[in-house]
Amino acid sequence: MPKFLVDNKEIEAKQGTTLLKACLDNEIYIPNLCYLEGIDPPSVSCRMCFVEIEGERQPVTSCSVLVKDDMVVKTDTPAVRQLQRTGLRLLLSVHHVDCKNCQANKKCELQRMAKFLKVGLKPKGLERHLREIEIDRSHPFLDYYPNRCVLCGKCVHVCREKNGQSALTFSKRGFDTVISFYGVRDLSTLECENCSACIDICPVGALALKVTGAEDPTTA
Amino acid sequence: MNPAGNEKIDQRFNAIYKEAEKRRNEFRDAPVPKIHIGMATCGIASGALETKKAFEEALDEYNIEARIHTVGCLGHCYAEPVVVIDHPDSGFPPIFYHEVNAGKAKMLTKLFLKEGDPRFEHVYGAMEENDLIPWVMEFARFNREKRVVMEKCGYIDPEDIYDYIAAGGYSTLVKALKLSPDEIIKEVQNSGLRGRGGAGFPTGRKWELAKNTGEQEKIVICNADEGDPGAYMDRTILESNPHQVIEGMAICAYAVGAKKAIIYVRAEYPLAVTIVTKAIRQARELGLLGESVLGSSFDLEIDVFRGSGAFVCGEETALIRSIEGYRGMPRHRPPYPVQKGLWNKPTVINNVKTLASVPPILDHGADWYREIGTQNTPGTAIFSVVGNVVHAGLVEIPMGVSLRTLIFDICGGIPNNKKFKAVQIGGPSGGCLNEDFLDTPIDFDSLTEAGAMMGSGGMVVMDEDTCMVEVSRYFLDFTQNESCGKCTFCRIGTYHLLKILERLTRGEGEDGDIELLETLSKDIKAGSLCGLGKTAPNPVLTSIKYFREEYEAHIYEKRCPALMCRPMIAFYFDLDLCARGCDACATACPVEAVFTTSNRKKGVDQELCVKCGECMVVCPPEYDAVRKVSPPHLVPHIEKPPEKKKED
Repeated sequence: MPKFLVDNKEIEAKQGTTLLKACLDNEIYIPNLCYLEGIDPPSVSCRMCFVEIEGERQPVTSCSVLVKDDMVVKTDTPAVRQLQRTGLRLLLSVHHVDCKNCQANKKCELQRMAKFLKVGLKPKGLERHLREIEIDRSHPFLDYYPNRCVLCGKCVHVCREKNGQSALTFSKRGFDTVISFYGVRDLSTLECENCSACIDICPVGALALKVTGAEDPTTA
Repeated sequence: MNPAGNEKIDQRFNAIYKEAEKRRNEFRDAPVPKIHIGMATCGIASGALETKKAFEEALDEYNIEARIHTVGCLGHCYAEPVVVIDHPDSGFPPIFYHEVNAGKAKMLTKLFLKEGDPRFEHVYGAMEENDLIPWVMEFARFNREKRVVMEKCGYIDPEDIYDYIAAGGYSTLVKALKLSPDEIIKEVQNSGLRGRGGAGFPTGRKWELAKNTGEQEKIVICNADEGDPGAYMDRTILESNPHQVIEGMAICAYAVGAKKAIIYVRAEYPLAVTIVTKAIRQARELGLLGESVLGSSFDLEIDVFRGSGAFVCGEETALIRSIEGYRGMPRHRPPYPVQKGLWNKPTVINNVKTLASVPPILDHGADWYREIGTQNTPGTAIFSVVGNVVHAGLVEIPMGVSLRTLIFDICGGIPNNKKFKAVQIGGPSGGCLNEDFLDTPIDFDSLTEAGAMMGSGGMVVMDEDTCMVEVSRYFLDFTQNESCGKCTFCRIGTYHLLKILERLTRGEGEDGDIELLETLSKDIKAGSLCGLGKTAPNPVLTSIKYFREEYEAHIYEKRCPALMCRPMIAFYFDLDLCARGCDACATACPVEAVFTTSNRKKGVDQELCVKCGECMVVCPPEYDAVRKVSPPHLVPHIEKPPEKKKED
């Protein structure tokens, strides 16, 4: 089993483990949103889990690196924090911050990262750009809140794992990219009613069971 | 390959070559004039189809027998439609005519083909050395070029495989089939060929990596998903000489051990798709592709895959996803495609120009190729030089030529007596360089050092009337639209850059914006997943670096020095120049912002003016009275006479 140093602490992990998982398993927190064991190749899309590894020119994403003997890893360097803070501030600048009305309140990964990285939930310096886009209510059981979504893609993955095909997919591009229920012809063939895998995996509460009647929030 | 096998290959190919030669000689020796018309997309866009029709009708009308030979693009896009007329009986050499529209075609048919007068006023040059007409090779636009990849472009009919074979085509594939894969890879390595898609990775090394994976099944992909604004080298090559690309692919497939190859070409290139599909079919019919190529033990199928026009699919991992039927989103590398590519098979992805360089390299040898270009980057570079430049078009030059030579000597410099301001190299991933870089040699390393990049070969030349903030905004708008949305930095970061730049061009810049652009850009470069995001801030960073005072003028003085950003400019008429009674501007103004002063000259109602600039276009040059100023409050006040009440 490879042995290596993370923040001067000696760690051991099985061959083939990603550095991020090894750290998380050893109670070294590295901010992350899109990492999920079993996604192969890893999506490496949230760009939060940066670390510095001795011998590398610049910070690398720890979810895309496998553990190696004698690696020397630092999770808390100025370069790492700079990228993580910018990444988080970018995510928050387009996030509808309305925690008390959000189902993910207190278990939200954005809140966790903000606390860890000491970034305010409404960071200064960047303009806020909320997309003018409505909540997607086209699914019979789910609602999708695009301005909460961080596009980590975990929901797309778990749905495919569970149901063979995914009822969720990325659509549009650039800043307008969203998760949508596009492409699945007959939602009734999917077990959505008895499955809440996508809701459970969402780190920010962007997917939720349909709310009915008076509780229905009007903003995305 | 055993000697008996080699003999069989030679036999098969010689039969094909004989046929090609026969057809070529028959065409060449026919005692009638030949009219070669450039029919690539650039020619057609300029009216080559009408030109061809006009020739056909005129030949009919004057009862002249002549052959029309449709060819690809010579690279002289500024001169399209280009026609070369070879009229041996006239005593003149083959003549290059430029901008031959239907009327000119008819006129040339009558006066030159029928009456023998070449109409010197329309002649561009002669295609051969002679005593009567200047030879085109005396012009810098021709003789400073070095054609390796584009040698046959514009001379052969891309839809006729025999034309290519008669010009020496596919003989290198024959040579390659008689070599071992290792010998070919070694030759390509020795040539120093670097990938022409932008990154400059050594091609031979890539092939070797793929070959040595030990996997049974491998795939070769030709990346023709060209998407930079203003870049069209790959399209032109596919439309003008598809067989050279196919031959290069076949050699690559043989060398790495692939039996399957794909040309990934964007669907917005319909002519390229048609021509390359036809070329593959012709090559198959002659046994140059398919099972047992030329009777050897090498099999190769080439398919065409049409991309749906996402810029990011030019990135190799996104391209692979797209062929697999998924959304074209890049993935983390490693594993690199040569390890794990299409359908998890080792995949060599090379650009069109890279593959088209292979036949000449194997034909003439690595040493010959090394003599062209520079030590670190042997060979040629193909640029589509566009923008404010006299002789726009495709230029193939040896690596190491300076930007000054390319822009001023070869392409004729800046039109309309304007001053050179900047050159944007490498498209949305590249950078804007100012005149200090005109003597920079063009190769991968020096351009990267300057902050631009070779890219795939788009080069936009800009004159003094171009606002660099607006140029940055334009490129960021492009990358933001083309971002796949996968990773945080590219999706949201470039959006912030775009929004800030939009504010600057509206005159709403604030103190600190330049610094914010710089820090965000740096983080986006370091944080993004793929090449698109990693290079997207380059236009911003380089334009700030080399044109910082323009950003400062936008922010602190609300002034656009190039007088381009509409919210920051105003139009007025110089009353000393404005002609009494002239109404050109008032007629052209779409919003009736032009009024007549008490002494019958003109003024602009700034409240109504939308700053379209139409008045400036129509003002007769002998008056040249329209002026632009920035910031707009500098506009002189011109009294508007009280409106007369109309009497019924």
